[in-house]
Amino acid sequence: MSSFSVTEPSNRSKWIAGFLVISYALITMIPLVWILLTGFKSPADAISYPPKVVFDPTLEGYVNLFTTRTRQTQEFLNANPPQNWADEIVRQYDMVIVGPSKFGERFMNSVIIGFGSTFLSIFLGTLAAYAFSRFKVPLKDDLLFFILSTRMMPPVAVAIPIFLMFRNLGLSDTHLGMILLYTGVNISLAVWLLKGFIDEIPREYEEAALIDGYTRFQAFYKVVLPQAATGIASTAIFCLIFAWNEYAFAVLLTSATAQTAPPFIPTIIGVGGLDWPAVAAGATIFLIPVMIFTILMRKHLLRGITFGAVRK
Amino acid sequence: MTYSKLASASAIVFAATTLSTTAQAEDLTLCWAAWDPANALVELSKEFETESGNTMNFEFVPWPNFADRMQNELNSGGKLCDLLIGDSQWIGGGAENGHYVKLNDFFDAESISMDDFAPATVYAYSTWPKGTPNYYALPAMGDANGWFYRKDWFENEDIKAAYKEATGQDLREPESQKELLQIAQFFQGREIDGKTVYGAAIFTERGSEGITMGVTGALYPWGFKYENTPGSYDMEGAVNSPEAVEALEFYKELYKTATPPGYTNSYMSESLDAFKSGQVAMAMNWFAFFPGLFADPNTGGEKIDFFVNPPQNVAGSTLGGQGISVVSYSDKQDAALDYIKWFAQPEVQAKWWELGGYSAHNSVLQDPGFVDSAPFAGDFLLAMNDVQDFWQEPAYAELLLAMQKRIHDYVVADQGTAQEALDLLIEDWTETFEDEGKL
Amino acid sequence: MSDRTIDRVAQATPVRAARKIRGLSDRAIAWIFISPTIFLLLAINIFPLIWTIKLSFTNFKANRIGREIKDVGFRNYERILTDSDTWLNMQATAHFLFWTIFFQVLIGFALAWLINKKFRGNDLWTTIIVLPMMLSPAVVGNFWKFLYQPQIGLFNYIIAWFTGKDPSSFEMLGSVQLAPWSIVIVDTWMWTPFVMLICLAGLRSIPDYIYEAAEVDRASKLRQFFTITIPMVLPFLMLAVLFRGIENFKMFDLVVQLTGGGPGSTTELTSINLKREAFEKWRTGYASAYAIILFVTVFGLASIYVKALNRVKQR
Repeated sequence: MSSFSVTEPSNRSKWIAGFLVISYALITMIPLVWILLTGFKSPADAISYPPKVVFDPTLEGYVNLFTTRTRQTQEFLNANPPQNWADEIVRQYDMVIVGPSKFGERFMNSVIIGFGSTFLSIFLGTLAAYAFSRFKVPLKDDLLFFILSTRMMPPVAVAIPIFLMFRNLGLSDTHLGMILLYTGVNISLAVWLLKGFIDEIPREYEEAALIDGYTRFQAFYKVVLPQAATGIASTAIFCLIFAWNEYAFAVLLTSATAQTAPPFIPTIIGVGGLDWPAVAAGATIFLIPVMIFTILMRKHLLRGITFGAVRK
Repeated sequence: MTYSKLASASAIVFAATTLSTTAQAEDLTLCWAAWDPANALVELSKEFETESGNTMNFEFVPWPNFADRMQNELNSGGKLCDLLIGDSQWIGGGAENGHYVKLNDFFDAESISMDDFAPATVYAYSTWPKGTPNYYALPAMGDANGWFYRKDWFENEDIKAAYKEATGQDLREPESQKELLQIAQFFQGREIDGKTVYGAAIFTERGSEGITMGVTGALYPWGFKYENTPGSYDMEGAVNSPEAVEALEFYKELYKTATPPGYTNSYMSESLDAFKSGQVAMAMNWFAFFPGLFADPNTGGEKIDFFVNPPQNVAGSTLGGQGISVVSYSDKQDAALDYIKWFAQPEVQAKWWELGGYSAHNSVLQDPGFVDSAPFAGDFLLAMNDVQDFWQEPAYAELLLAMQKRIHDYVVADQGTAQEALDLLIEDWTETFEDEGKL
Repeated sequence: MSDRTIDRVAQATPVRAARKIRGLSDRAIAWIFISPTIFLLLAINIFPLIWTIKLSFTNFKANRIGREIKDVGFRNYERILTDSDTWLNMQATAHFLFWTIFFQVLIGFALAWLINKKFRGNDLWTTIIVLPMMLSPAVVGNFWKFLYQPQIGLFNYIIAWFTGKDPSSFEMLGSVQLAPWSIVIVDTWMWTPFVMLICLAGLRSIPDYIYEAAEVDRASKLRQFFTITIPMVLPFLMLAVLFRGIENFKMFDLVVQLTGGGPGSTTELTSINLKREAFEKWRTGYASAYAIILFVTVFGLASIYVKALNRVKQR
């Protein structure tokens, strides 16, 4: 940048700005770092006063997260030596591992429902977005506004009739029900974002293809889709993150078969008493994929969170 | 627990030979709360699995979510649970809304007699309408709200002397609610082993049922009644009687002057945390946790002892506990009934108590060795003599949440007076009963 | 909007080449492409909305299947609107809305303005700052509860360290005075980056030549800030406020995890009360009326706001 530019801030003001922003960033990271650290603490260290920054790391939280354990008599413990390192860890509380916990299942539910609804949202959303972008659809603006307005409903409000509807259709606590529901919520985002991305693809490409004898369908999937790939990918990630984080519907409409991780993680308890290291371990595992996606998505973040209203 | 291993082992062999295994093997799911006794039940059920060939799965939900999740499950007609160990207050709804299978014919056919179970548990966990011989559950887990304390502190000579000096009395297990308050206040803020400790951990939770279960521990000993005449829904003068007002004020004083800071929304696990981390001298909690507390390496064993909720005007404890029911939406009701049949056997009940579950079976409770089988066994029998339960109406959730709000508003959020809180509670309850067509 | 009437009659043939295509007409394709989406939205949103309206005039309870359903007219609405507890919940929601938006706009704008100084590494730090807002509010909210523990919580400890107070002397979630601020703090922590990102886009949309022209006119930096920066960013900022407003009006997960509405009912936001009525007390009819009232409120406020936003944009 030219040193003559009047809009270029001075080095001093850059330095101050940098200092302030970095301070904020570090402070804002403290809770997240604390989650990470707590996951590697023993329960006693986790609730010690004053809070411990330096501690002996242990995998206890992770073991407790993934297993169920029972307390056993001393005779039983002596008669059955520990089978592996995880068993060894729980032995210090006179307990033995008796099986896996529900966390794995709940996490898989999050994956299944997240990817299922994302796929469906993207599939339907791309079609609709293409139509809205390329054709003169009657009442287009009204339809688009209608699609957006569905996002204004408080989830708890819609949950009442959906609960009744799912009960009648046998969709309560099923993967299919949750996938359809999340698709219904996500599709507004998908249509709005994808329409923006497709709008940016010059029409000339398709026109050329049509002249070459392609049908509309062929032009759509052979020309438009490859062009829109980046946009589709980033839209997909936004849909995925939404479904991944969603709590209200999940807590109201699922109970065991299809329950996702967000309603589950806060309810992780140890044998008597809250097990904060296990909660933190669960949170860490659950949050890390989103952080990675966020970093990958940083260029499209703004667009994603504003439904494409702000594009930079 | 000191039940002889040999006796229970032979009992299981006996059970194995008597249990019919004609039904085909099924995959059963049992739903309950996630807590210590649930793990014991998993252990216990292994024998059912070997004997019957059925496989047992378990869905254990943490207490704060248990009622919500299970009510939601039942109300959506879910098939998740074949067997449900549901809270005592659910029995009315379970029966009236057809969630639970009525067990009378089954009990007759299998000659399971409710006379074999402690009357208080049958009344509370099994019958609807209350006290009639219509059974929707088999008493599975007797429970009441009791207290435990740091025996090592209570026996410490310095602390005893300090207490004597401060109050002129001997430090001992409290024998009245007011003595409990006095002891708790004595410990509040005291330095012990270089740490500041507090008086008592009590229930104050807002979201599910915590503060109601806690405050009734004071209300019942003061003589609180829900109705002037049972079954009349005539609450004016009962719910807001002068004794009730005094008891509520007492609970607030206990909360304000003798509990650890930050225990504004605490229930079972917070109470356990407070005690296990050495923060409090006393704590209230369900008997269900006592085996685990006694076994705790840090604060159990010699350091802990237990006492029943102290009386004031009368003796009274808040009832916990659950009966086991067969869910009517289940496709495997026969296998589920087999489980109940197996569970009802005296030998299995004995094993149940040995593993840490609170059997309600007379053969266990009236066994001469029972009182000495655990340091809290005698207290448990005592508590179960004078238990009271919350409303068990089909609309219990509305009634409970109204009470949660009114009590929490008064005790924790400092709104209004005790009299106003109870007056408002009557208004809420009256509205509910009017909606129900019962008033 | 202007060519809507034409749309209604005209065939959708946007490109000259369209006539050449075989198979389905564009119009048919358009409908095939759009209708699944519309159908799904009708099923998941509009149909339930209509059902909710219908239920709101009854005494239906979803947990009492055999019970007779009676038409109660406007009684549910009347009860809700005359219940002083409803207004307390509304107040709690308004407090939460106002202060979260206030702090998020203030801090978010300041951060964006600083980041726009383009110091070295600003991209990296922007990405780090953004992280909290992408995370699950339920999971993170639950963990904040731990940070707010009076004695062992890190938040209390840090505050105590700076103020010299005893870390167990104040209860962020348990005291009537502090709890409403505790939820504001967590929401602000989470969503300030959202406002920041939008403001940053606004700042970056201001072309350099405007400032250069101002320099030529010898306008002071302060003056430039108020006459150029603020007005140019305002539409962006208002958009951010709209999004945050709608989202926080619906707020459920974060606050449920943090306080569950307590202590007493101090932080019982409308959606938390709604959940209690609908899924804990199972007063389905009553809760439906409550839901409709909330929906009308948010929709009404949002429409008024959008009108204002458009006016600002046009200026």
